[in-house]
Amino acid sequence: MLAKRIIPCLDVKEGRVVKGVKFKNLRDAGDPVEIAKIYDEQGADELTFLDITASYEKRKIILDVVRKTAEEVFMPLTVGGGIRDLDDIRELLRAGADKVSINTAAVENTEFVEKAAKRFGCQCIVVAIDAKRVQSAECKVQSEEDGNSKHETQIWEVFTHGGRNPTGIDVILWAKKVEEMGAGEILLTSMDFDGTKLGFDLELTRAVSEAVGIPIIASGGVGTIEHIYDGLVKGKADAALAASIFHYGEYTVQEVKSYLMKMGVEVRL
Amino acid sequence: MIAIIDYGMGNLRSVEKAFEKLKFDALVTRDRSDIERADAILLPGVGAFKDCMDNLTSLNLVEPVIEGVKKGKPFLGICLGLQLLFSESEEFGLHKGLDIIKGRVKRFPKNLSDLGSTNRKLKIPHMGWNRIKIIKRAPIYEGINDESYFYFVHSYYVILEDERAAASETSYGIKFVSSIWKDNIFATQFHPEKSQKIGLAILKNFGNLVKKGNY
Repeated sequence: MLAKRIIPCLDVKEGRVVKGVKFKNLRDAGDPVEIAKIYDEQGADELTFLDITASYEKRKIILDVVRKTAEEVFMPLTVGGGIRDLDDIRELLRAGADKVSINTAAVENTEFVEKAAKRFGCQCIVVAIDAKRVQSAECKVQSEEDGNSKHETQIWEVFTHGGRNPTGIDVILWAKKVEEMGAGEILLTSMDFDGTKLGFDLELTRAVSEAVGIPIIASGGVGTIEHIYDGLVKGKADAALAASIFHYGEYTVQEVKSYLMKMGVEVRL
Repeated sequence: MIAIIDYGMGNLRSVEKAFEKLKFDALVTRDRSDIERADAILLPGVGAFKDCMDNLTSLNLVEPVIEGVKKGKPFLGICLGLQLLFSESEEFGLHKGLDIIKGRVKRFPKNLSDLGSTNRKLKIPHMGWNRIKIIKRAPIYEGINDESYFYFVHSYYVILEDERAAASETSYGIKFVSSIWKDNIFATQFHPEKSQKIGLAILKNFGNLVKKGNY
């Protein structure tokens, strides 16, 4: 049976990991390659780099990080952040990335997902969705099938530009749309729970996972080992992404997996 | 030298890097003469079946690959590189493959559900780490434990006319052939170059058998 995946995520800015990483025996806590090696040893199933470099001129630096990482670790590597066009994807794949994660560019130009999936294969196109609960019940959902406005209450809205811009798009419909366009996977982040350490938004995770036939990576909110279990079992996610619980050495990837296995979840140990 | 065939798609770098790390001589190439002089051929692969066949054809690489295999050079196909060995694929219409192994490439059925008791709906692509049940101890499996995990990412699987070429099988809603061994032909549906230590062990086994000429 397919194992549930545990994916540590590293925020990289201008070639350096910016969220604090506090491992013992780490020569340089800001070097993404060094940290990637540690997660590799701990048995991470994949790694995700999120490039949060602000200036466009310095974006090339991530290519060098990917290149160096790919020389050291032999596991699937996803890179996200600031991907605008097919050339960006081509360069990342050439440098050694296996998948790219697209967020804002997918919303601005849906055809981009389709083109990218056709050109590079569905398996390497991850669409990242930043979802936020909508407070107002007035929001109506535009039905994709008949174009008519249905009087359903939208629960989650898609945000872009690192969570700054609301789009008015319903998360569930958007997830179905990107699946149709050829996305191979969805990286789903709850903006309400991200950074709270209260756990994943389980309702959101389950709703999206049940709505589509492609794998879902749950992200945003992990504070304890139980949260990961909940995301995979109650939230029905296929993979769990987490940053701080691994970075601060609260748990190793191995500890998380041992716990999951004890709880009856299929994981690779 | 192991010729890693570059037909313009996917992440070839990780295969190349893996052999570099293992200290085997490997070359990413689309040059016919490199393939002809190579000791072994490696066909990696991600992307769509038809695009890859079209690229191989337009680069005039179909013939040297088939010739090399016929001459008995060790061949390793990875993922789509396994599927391309087959007669035909149903991916986006029916398309002809290299026809080195008789059989067909099919998509995982929709509404696939778990073989176990949970009966949950399975996602496609089949993406992540899954176990292989070794049916035939191919030389590439030397030292590899049965039921080991490898990294898979695919939506299509192969159906063999002659099951004797199956080296392992994997369960994902259905049981499918996850690797092949027929004479000098080895191929894996999973990605050894993405399967950490155990994956590198497979590439090392392949490199060694190329060196020894013993398989």
